[in-house]
Amino acid sequence: MQDPIIRIRKLVYRRGTKVILDNISMDIKRGSIVAIMGPSGVGKTTILRLISGQLYPNRGTVEVNGKLISSLSRRELYACRKNIGVLLQDGALFTDLTVFENIAAPLREHTDLGEEEISDRVMAKLSSVGLAETGDLMPHSLSGGMARRVALARAVIMNPKIVLFDEPLTGLDPIAMSTVGRLIRVTNNQLGLTSVIVTHNVEQMKKLVDYCFILAGAKLIAEGTPQVLMHNDEPAVDQFMNGRVEGPISFNLQSSPADANAR
Amino acid sequence: MTKDRSKRRKLLAPIAETGHCGVFLVRMLGSIRLERELLISTLQQTYLIGARSLVIILISGFFVGMVLSLQAINALQQFGASDQVSLLVGKSLFRELGPVLTALLFAGRAGTSVAAEIGLMKATSQIEAMQLMAIDPVRRIALPRFLAGVISLPLLTAMFNAFAIMGAVVFSIGVMGLDPGIFWGKLQSGIYFSEDFVGGVWKSMVFGGIISLIAVFFGYYAKPTGEGVGTATTRTVVLSSVLVLIFDFIMTSFLL
Repeated sequence: MQDPIIRIRKLVYRRGTKVILDNISMDIKRGSIVAIMGPSGVGKTTILRLISGQLYPNRGTVEVNGKLISSLSRRELYACRKNIGVLLQDGALFTDLTVFENIAAPLREHTDLGEEEISDRVMAKLSSVGLAETGDLMPHSLSGGMARRVALARAVIMNPKIVLFDEPLTGLDPIAMSTVGRLIRVTNNQLGLTSVIVTHNVEQMKKLVDYCFILAGAKLIAEGTPQVLMHNDEPAVDQFMNGRVEGPISFNLQSSPADANAR
Repeated sequence: MTKDRSKRRKLLAPIAETGHCGVFLVRMLGSIRLERELLISTLQQTYLIGARSLVIILISGFFVGMVLSLQAINALQQFGASDQVSLLVGKSLFRELGPVLTALLFAGRAGTSVAAEIGLMKATSQIEAMQLMAIDPVRRIALPRFLAGVISLPLLTAMFNAFAIMGAVVFSIGVMGLDPGIFWGKLQSGIYFSEDFVGGVWKSMVFGGIISLIAVFFGYYAKPTGEGVGTATTRTVVLSSVLVLIFDFIMTSFLL
């Protein structure tokens, strides 16, 4: 069997005395689209930050592409991040740069390509997300869906091996949601990426992802394909997947803003 | 025991923050690389924070020149020395008022906008996105704004002084009927390039560095919330104004 591209083992992450993630182990296969799901504040974004090396685990290990993230120096970590594209919530486009320059930024920073080559690559990525005409626009003049597509183009401009998506579909209208969802799938397949998506949108995930991890109460409560999870009888999984109010997952407890505090 | 510790921490916080700011400055200067990107972004920022502050600087300079000459003529007339007005206005402008008033206006106009802009970039995850793309935000965001501040302020001070002299001309010659030959003659013979003009330029470069360092530092470490950005902006204008006045005294005592 092929080695997983991301391997998390017995991961424990605490903030102060509060345990955010408790004994989490995950294997993420190369080339797959994987969702990390769970109620708000459960620590989904924290997992992305642990994968990208913004946070370090208190116990356990995170390996990306065979490299132990917590053992890397700052320079090695930055080198490792060149293989990881990240799409943050709302896109996080640079507001002082045009759409073109936003996408070109990683190329200008990390390569010695000439203007013509940069322009070709940026325009190719912009076309692939259906926004070839928007290069000269400033980010504030884009709609939410367009900004997310530009951010996707920027996330994959360096041809990374892994792309991490933090709530890529939140706040979009149904058409934009389907468009961005389809783009994630197309980009993943065309570029041979591995995509990790943090979300709580069950409906979209059923259509989009190959494999799901569900977190609740700081623990990994289930994993499997969306079809398998939909028929999982575990009360907490059933409650989350079907959006029931009653069940073992307490709304009050889970609403503690762990992810917000991580910033 | 814990109370004591927290009190001590509160007392030591300004010292810790000064050290933190110093480290930030070293990190920023250490990231300087002679490359086209830095030149372009510094020029862009010089336009945004320098050129766009020009209108407020020019208007203020003109009226400062008018009021200075009004006060000077009023006082000098009592001693029959009103023909010395250009000398008094020139000396006080080039040595003190030009650099200090321009710096205070610059702190209010450009310092706040830089702090708010960087704070907002942090609140909207742009700084985080940059780190995740392995781009150093200190080099990409903070450094060009800092350099632009150091470049802009001496230029703005020169413009402030020029317009203040114009204000003095309009009031002294146009309104009070002073002889233009005496006005310009006294100014030319009494103001020295190295002592008065260059001294002012040095001061304004230091003030530009102080204001832009504080603005980028507070912006960069602002809490990523609306309130955090507001606090960073307020602290920038308050602290940089006070520091400009303190450093003005220190530098004057060395330059004189």
